[in-house]
Amino acid sequence: MTIYIPTPLRAFAGGKDTLEVHAGTVSGALDELTEVFPDLRKHLFTGEGKLRAFVNVYLNDEDVRYLPAKEATAVSAADTLSIVPSIAGGV
Amino acid sequence: MSVLQMARTVYEAIRAHGEETYPHECCGALLGRATEGSWSIEEAVRAGNTRTDSAHNRYQIAPAELVKIEREARARGLSIGGFYHSHPDHPAQWSVTDFAEAHWLGCSYVITAIAKGKAALTNAFLLTGSTEEDKRFEQEAIEVVEAVEPLLAQAESKKG
Repeated sequence: MTIYIPTPLRAFAGGKDTLEVHAGTVSGALDELTEVFPDLRKHLFTGEGKLRAFVNVYLNDEDVRYLPAKEATAVSAADTLSIVPSIAGGV
Repeated sequence: MSVLQMARTVYEAIRAHGEETYPHECCGALLGRATEGSWSIEEAVRAGNTRTDSAHNRYQIAPAELVKIEREARARGLSIGGFYHSHPDHPAQWSVTDFAEAHWLGCSYVITAIAKGKAALTNAFLLTGSTEEDKRFEQEAIEVVEAVEPLLAQAESKKG
């Protein structure tokens, strides 16, 4: 499957905007990503190993947090995983 | 001070967006190409403000919309280089909320003050640092350029 790396994390992924992985689940894909680019780990996960609250992960068009199996959801070669830090603010 | 280069069409579009949504905050993404330490912005993409509960002083872009914007940008060889929003009847300076919610390191956050419905000052702030713990906003100069073509040519020549 293809993982899309967002602009702010490319500096910690050798400048790459995508990575092809061969994992069977979402969490496996994220593990593979952080094995290839260890510097990404602290940007994606808390010290306890949970996804940071502001990091959204989308499997194709679905928010992984709302999938029944969440990060244990099975993935196939044709799937895409998008990592999207949140955008918000205000006065 | 780094320089955020922006096509005039973008500059005018984001200011017009803020006037249209006044007294609510507008928001959107800025698409372009990375330059040395900053961005050349070629296009602004409007996004919906999901904070309908408090749209006069808060904004949020739905992650699903960001995924779509990012996908379409990538297909055209562009990247998300930053975001814009408006501050209705409030200065064009980042707020504590803006800073707490800023997570796109290396990207520009552009804020336009809308005073009584009219676009006033537009400022840009680059989110620098390498982690959530050492991030900070640094003000950028905004250079408005007339056409996108010179930016494209510049990007091509830099590629060599």
